[in-house]
Amino acid sequence: SVMLRDEEISEIQEETGFSPSQIERLYSRFTSLDKGDTGTLSREDFLRIPELAINPVGERIVNAFFKESHEDQVNFRQYVRVLAKFRPLSEKKPPKLNSKDDKLKFAFSMYDQDEDGFISKDELLSVLNLLIGANISQDQLASIAERTINEADADGDQRISYEEFVQSLERSEVEQKMSIRFLN
Amino acid sequence: LISLDLVLFFLSGFHMTEYLSKIFPESCLLIVVGVVVGLLLYYTDAANGTMLTPDVFLFYMLPPIILDAGYFMPNRLFFDHLGTILLMAVVGTIFNSMAVGGSLYLVGTTGIFEEVPLLPALLFGSLVSAVDPVAVLALFDELSVNEVLNIVVFGESLLNDAVTVVLYHMFEAYTVIGENNLHFTDILKGIASFFVISLGGTIIGVIWGFLTGFITRFTEHARVIEPVFVFVMAYLAYLNAEIFHLSGILSTTFCGITMKNYVVANVSQKSQTTLKYTMKMLSSSSETIIFMLLGVSTVHDEHVWDTWFVIFTLLFCTVYRALGVVLLTAIANRFRLHKLERVEKFVMAYGGLRGAVAFALVLLIDENHVKQKHMFVTTTIAVIYFTVFVQGITIKPLVQILGVRRAEKRKKTMNERVHERMIDHMMAGIEELIGHTGNYYWREKFKYYDQKYIRPALL
Repeated sequence: SVMLRDEEISEIQEETGFSPSQIERLYSRFTSLDKGDTGTLSREDFLRIPELAINPVGERIVNAFFKESHEDQVNFRQYVRVLAKFRPLSEKKPPKLNSKDDKLKFAFSMYDQDEDGFISKDELLSVLNLLIGANISQDQLASIAERTINEADADGDQRISYEEFVQSLERSEVEQKMSIRFLN
Repeated sequence: LISLDLVLFFLSGFHMTEYLSKIFPESCLLIVVGVVVGLLLYYTDAANGTMLTPDVFLFYMLPPIILDAGYFMPNRLFFDHLGTILLMAVVGTIFNSMAVGGSLYLVGTTGIFEEVPLLPALLFGSLVSAVDPVAVLALFDELSVNEVLNIVVFGESLLNDAVTVVLYHMFEAYTVIGENNLHFTDILKGIASFFVISLGGTIIGVIWGFLTGFITRFTEHARVIEPVFVFVMAYLAYLNAEIFHLSGILSTTFCGITMKNYVVANVSQKSQTTLKYTMKMLSSSSETIIFMLLGVSTVHDEHVWDTWFVIFTLLFCTVYRALGVVLLTAIANRFRLHKLERVEKFVMAYGGLRGAVAFALVLLIDENHVKQKHMFVTTTIAVIYFTVFVQGITIKPLVQILGVRRAEKRKKTMNERVHERMIDHMMAGIEELIGHTGNYYWREKFKYYDQKYIRPALL
């Protein structure tokens, strides 16, 4: 496979805040996922990761990468841009794609599949189905969805807007939960 | 029995005088009461000597406390911070033992106090430098500091048991063999036995935990015996580990951690309530009796008080504890997302109380091999008193003055529960994607197998 050029590394570093050694590590992961050696990842490349294929929200995570690329292939640049959201937020440095807002927007997009800016009851139900699924009856799931929406819904439109979503997670330290220590 | 009556009497008196209980932790007052009872018994010639024998402590008093700790352990929090906890419990305890023992030996050679040979000094260092789960639990329950700080100190005090026991038995064996006959292979054996004792204890605990889950699956026709099963199985886990000289504390802790999820799903609501209150009652009575007996056992004829030895022991215990915490948290912080702050490090160092485990171990020393046994016993009592009284009493105001983050007690909202669950899966997905085997990854893996294979078998 092709090596990363130095100027590419520094560009990515500038854009995402990853260190060069982190970028190289991610690149080697990227190329190992890229079975066809095309320099890009297809949907199949992603879903070939066995754990991701059985992850309840695995498909939605993969979709997020293709939303970033707007095509049916994801290149390395786009791959890193999505992952950059999960860099830990530092007090000293200004956020680069990894602000609390960026993180929460990503989480929100896991629910909001039609991208209308709201989590509707159906969208919530389909996520609940993935998360809890088989062990629980549809009636119970529906009542959980209803309670969740009623609790967060401040303006009474029976759906959760992004602002309401942020508000409901105010106290649960999402910026820490949505951070990974990327290895060097 | 006399002392039990007195316990109840004084406890009720103690809670009535609310003023006292605001200043002193319960453990302090219990020791004081114990000393008073001890003095009474001593001057009426009713009894002399140690009431808290190692056997009584290790087989009757300790298991309920440890089971309670393991069963109500917040699993998620515990495993999220396991790295830091293990670092503190294993590396920290080894460092403290060696440093305290070694320093006492070196100071001894200057002749300021009776010279202690190297191996007995290390033996003493190993038992006196381990943080005690009972004392820590008693203190931190009242303290209500934030959950991360709580789990790190508390987890350390539980998991260091294996290290303490191994070091203790290792140095005990070495003193019997004698310094000159010691081979390199003996040291290697010590290291190997550490892994056997800790992992062995853990595995036995996990097996008994699953067995408990499995058995409670079939108890739906006889609900009354459900709590009994849980207690018996957990106690068997303890005894089973002790039979093979593995770590009983680790075994019971992990038995509690493992069984909880399955037991809760299997037993009735009423049994759960019974289980909860019986467990709490057993552990707090044990705690009460331990501190009382510790007080009673202080009063006897065989004390050998060496002021300098006590002072240096206290000094080394405090200094090396602080040093160990500073060094190890610096290492841990490099790998942690949630960094431990300065005040938290201080509470970690300061909250490292010594207690009844040290006392039981020092009583177990064989006088024929270690001539300084009585001095060690006296000094251990002094260290326990110092940590429980001085540190125990001052830590509460210090926590307030320093503004340590306190525990936040509230129920999670529905939204938080749903979204956090989703975020867990999402983060596991991201970790899988970048090939990073972190916390989320392992959690997801375990949950998957748990849902697919373990739960269907146990529920």
